[in-house]
Amino acid sequence: MSEAAEELKAPAIKEKSEPLFSKKNRKLLSDPMDDNNPVTVQVLGICSALAITVQLEPSVVMGVSVIVVCAFSNLLISLIRNLIPDRIRIIVQLVVVAFLVILVDQILKAFVYDVSKQLSVFVGLIITNCIIMGRLEAFALQNKPWPALLDGIGNGAAYGAVLVLVAFFRELLGSGKLFGADMLLWLGYEPNGMMILPPMALIVVGLIIWAQRARNTKLIETH
Amino acid sequence: MDKNSNKATFIFATIMVIIVGTVLAFTAEILKPFQAENVRREKMQNILMAVKVDTTRDGAEGLFNEYIKEQVVLNSKGEKIGDDAFNIKLKTELKKDITEQQFPLYLCEKDGEQYYIVEVRGKGLWGPVWGYIALEDDMNTVFGATFDHKGETPGLGAEITTDAFQNAFIGKKIMEGGEYSAIVVVKGNASGDHQVDALSGATITSVGVSNMIGLAFINYLPYFKELKK
Repeated sequence: MSEAAEELKAPAIKEKSEPLFSKKNRKLLSDPMDDNNPVTVQVLGICSALAITVQLEPSVVMGVSVIVVCAFSNLLISLIRNLIPDRIRIIVQLVVVAFLVILVDQILKAFVYDVSKQLSVFVGLIITNCIIMGRLEAFALQNKPWPALLDGIGNGAAYGAVLVLVAFFRELLGSGKLFGADMLLWLGYEPNGMMILPPMALIVVGLIIWAQRARNTKLIETH
Repeated sequence: MDKNSNKATFIFATIMVIIVGTVLAFTAEILKPFQAENVRREKMQNILMAVKVDTTRDGAEGLFNEYIKEQVVLNSKGEKIGDDAFNIKLKTELKKDITEQQFPLYLCEKDGEQYYIVEVRGKGLWGPVWGYIALEDDMNTVFGATFDHKGETPGLGAEITTDAFQNAFIGKKIMEGGEYSAIVVVKGNASGDHQVDALSGATITSVGVSNMIGLAFINYLPYFKELKK
């Protein structure tokens, strides 16, 4: 589709070129970290937050994988946003996400085999992570590639940050370790087995939401 | 052309599928050798773990060649029919008719002692479980065991990969008074030379491991008998 047609369709978006890291674009990266966090504010992607946050290492890898998938799916969808037929847009999004996830999975298997074994089925489950589809539908379909890429990185990173935070507490208290290295055990700490069970991830996420809202009061709903 | 017309929709979908399919097929082909190499080295690593040789995956190949002195392929009657045990895929062998099945055996020499490593494979709760068991040179006492699985429940069935479970097999015996006596995984209070404690909460995985070990040694017994003569 030509540039002219794009202008006709959405004249409001067309504007004079802005710097790559303008204030607006920086906000795309920083906003998901706090005010619009996909996990703690929008409560998306909770499933995987429960499943893989028993230890730090898989959480970090999962975070990085989601950043990659989220950023590139946003970019790809944004690039072809004017070509996608409306009726099959969800399927198109799904194909793009699945495509990227399979790529990531294959690359992990080839070059970081141990981590890929540890994440096993959860890599495939990135496809079902609602953060990614959510960003495609809400942002990438309406915006240009560069902001879409930033938005993807921002949201992926925000998701990863929450994962790492949750995993930090769960591994520290549940196994007395961090990245598999002894932290508390030598002090005679008795690992709390409950932290390893999925429900505790939910409770830790709940505590993080509490702490975040106590600090950032505009997030508190009025009703 | 209107992008929402039926024609445009069909064309878009077709082109998208062709592009995505091509790229994925291409990447899979390129990465296949790397992935296969990982799997191969992991197998060596697992075999070595059965004789308590701890190694990284990168170091596995060298140590494997150093410790594994001989490979033997056996048929179901226990006759030696080949020596390329490493490339036997037990998964495909077990699907064959019993008369055509082939079984790998690794003869290992470590610190002047001789060990016999057999491969075992069976069913867990969610998928296959497999492992390697090393016998001491009396072809009776278990020297070490290592297990792995495809998708057992973390914290429950997946615990078969832990040292706690694997070390419980050490010192167990597969023979009793000259007759085969399988090592079984039992619920609670395992005692004697042929019993190992099951994993709590993972009954089906435990039973799977038990069956897998019980059946595996039968195929090797005639060969062991021959060796002892």
